[in-house]
Amino acid sequence: MNATSVALDRSGVVATLRIAGDVTSASEPDLMAGYARAIDDGARAIILDFSGLEYMNSGGIGLLVTLLVRAQRGGIRLLASGLSDHYREILALTRLDEAIEIHPDERAAVAAVEV
Amino acid sequence: MTLTEKTPPKAAQEAPPSRDGAHWAKPVDRLSAEGVRGATVDSVTGKRVAGPLQGFGQLWQKTLRVPLEGSSMSPQEVIAIWKEQFATFWPKGNQFYAPLAGIVPGEVALLDASPMPGSPIKMSTGVLVLYADDESFTFMTPEGHALSAWITFSAYREGDVTVAQVQALERTSDPIDEMIHMLGANRMVTEIWRKTLTNVGRAMGAPDPVVVVEVVCIDKRRQWRHAGNIRNSATLRTMRHTLTAPVRWIAGRS
Repeated sequence: MNATSVALDRSGVVATLRIAGDVTSASEPDLMAGYARAIDDGARAIILDFSGLEYMNSGGIGLLVTLLVRAQRGGIRLLASGLSDHYREILALTRLDEAIEIHPDERAAVAAVEV
Repeated sequence: MTLTEKTPPKAAQEAPPSRDGAHWAKPVDRLSAEGVRGATVDSVTGKRVAGPLQGFGQLWQKTLRVPLEGSSMSPQEVIAIWKEQFATFWPKGNQFYAPLAGIVPGEVALLDASPMPGSPIKMSTGVLVLYADDESFTFMTPEGHALSAWITFSAYREGDVTVAQVQALERTSDPIDEMIHMLGANRMVTEIWRKTLTNVGRAMGAPDPVVVVEVVCIDKRRQWRHAGNIRNSATLRTMRHTLTAPVRWIAGRS
């Protein structure tokens, strides 16, 4: 199993969390810390960039749910980019795609926020 | 007419298969419980899945774990047995009808469970096996179920001991279920998982299993935009079915 890497890249009120490696329930500290840093820096929209995602189990999807709930509660817009077809299907299957905006790449996600 | 297979686009041909691909259910719009035997009512076929984001009530995360002290089983062995004998670990009074193919991704199981503490009537509903690997499996509920939930059953090593765990992310599906939840069903569901884990612990060779329970309310708000879920309510359907039973009985005699 590969470790999760979460890197924060901030640009104005839009922050990007670059998520790479494996996302499982063990990724919670890294993912939540990245989210908290983005909020502390004043982000109002957060793009979760999954271009480097290699593996995600149901624990990882559960983390996304709690992240979505936190974002909804805080009035934060959450977007996803860089998902492979496989992970897009999983977000559709679990109906997470009803709550998170999905864009093909980070540029498109940033453009959607700036419109 | 000639049927030809579609050639996938070049990018899809070149994409390497995902390591977790076989562990997830295939995308499905509506569920089918055709592969289940034994249940008298199928209230799942034709329904969509509904997770915590589609539910109505407060969002709860329940984590229950039992260290299997005295057992030499590995997490993989525990999960293999748990999947195979899932129904036998459920507390008395509830019925779980496993799919013929077993607990594998994409299969649907049916169940009869009490909608509220002390209820003599049973609510018929089911679950989709959303995910399954060697160390865990996850159920997702269908529309109409009292809970819009994901429940993950897993096992892992903590030092020299294997730990079995149930983690549920759940919120009630509609206002009536939320009311029943507040009147005791919330504790009842937690108790079902505590008893299940106790049974799992004993079956895996732990003579005196002690279940640790952690319940956290993640979101206190209610999602009023999903109050309309009530139209699919298995709880209401069960109540209606029970209340009209005398009428059906009389009609059957005449």
